[in-house]
Amino acid sequence: MKHLSLLSLLLPLAALAAESADNGYLLIIEDHRFKPVELVVPAGKKIRLRVENRDSTPEEFESHALNREKVVPARATAAIFIGPLSPGRYPFFGEFNEKTAQGTVIAH
Amino acid sequence: MFGTAIIVFREVLEASLLIGVVAAATRAVPGRNRWLAAGISAGLAGSGLVAASTGAIAEIASGIGQEIFNALVLGIAVLMLAWHNIWMSSHGAALMADMRKVGSAIRDGRRECSILAIVVGLAVLREGSETVLFLYGISAAGGPGSSGMLVGGLVGVTAGIAVGYTIYAGLLRIPMRWLFSATSLLVMLLAAGMASQAARFLIQADLLPSLAAPIWDASATLPENSIFGILLHSLIGFETRPAGMQMVFYLATVLAITSGMKWAKHQPPAFSHKKDVS
Repeated sequence: MKHLSLLSLLLPLAALAAESADNGYLLIIEDHRFKPVELVVPAGKKIRLRVENRDSTPEEFESHALNREKVVPARATAAIFIGPLSPGRYPFFGEFNEKTAQGTVIAH
Repeated sequence: MFGTAIIVFREVLEASLLIGVVAAATRAVPGRNRWLAAGISAGLAGSGLVAASTGAIAEIASGIGQEIFNALVLGIAVLMLAWHNIWMSSHGAALMADMRKVGSAIRDGRRECSILAIVVGLAVLREGSETVLFLYGISAAGGPGSSGMLVGGLVGVTAGIAVGYTIYAGLLRIPMRWLFSATSLLVMLLAAGMASQAARFLIQADLLPSLAAPIWDASATLPENSIFGILLHSLIGFETRPAGMQMVFYLATVLAITSGMKWAKHQPPAFSHKKDVS
């Protein structure tokens, strides 16, 4: 994530080709907390996150490190595409309940 | 309560800054206050509607409805801001010079204002619906802290409006002959920032490749949560960790608006009057 290389320009296309029907990673919101708190995903691949909100209030999945934000309505599941990521830790949080809703995507 | 104020402030700020810039840009356009008010009210009404149908929107297009909706709203706003800048570059000078222009100026002014009312409405709609959802979540959860948090929400709204008004008042202090260039530049960068945000939503929905993400990381020097980071993001679309595709959208918008303005400036006024297509 430090420099722009030709390789990283080509990675999205490679990931697109490698994307299969269902390589989603599930993240659950319950009692304004993420489960699992740490989600391990492969680096260098596009990832489909499925965020399932089991609470009765809406939540906003947000991550500055991943450059993503999406409202997840109460008792609904949202799909969010992330990556391809360089190896590292990418914190995310629930903007509507930032105190408790914290988590990290770990790419390696 | 403090946390609530900050969140609501951030949401309100973006729409508020846009309204401040647009209000300054159309200072000389007749009847613009009524149009601005109409845009804001329509946006507020729409916010409630969008917030209430978040679930339905989210389910459209197998879970990426929200991204498509946001990108669409942003895309329309970008087109209208572009139209505004290009129109102003051929008519603005005349409007600024003679505020009491009659006939075609008033008719053109009306069309111009309706465009801006839509832009303002869309900005309020987007930021407002998230604020409504957030505040709804707080009040629905109930509990002892919820009334304090609603007060926090009110503080956030007030602070957001105050910053927007400060930008407006600040812009009005610029001498008339520079005001036009200053607001044109700001409107163009606002539009480019919105185009970049639209690109981000389309990447998030996997409808566009990211083209290397991020192409830079300024989070160490200019964190997203810092006041400066938030202001730069809202005003000129600065991103601490943008994807390559966002830069493509940003630069393409700047290029398109700049050349459109250059083109319009060199058209004889009679021609650009007849030219109705946006």
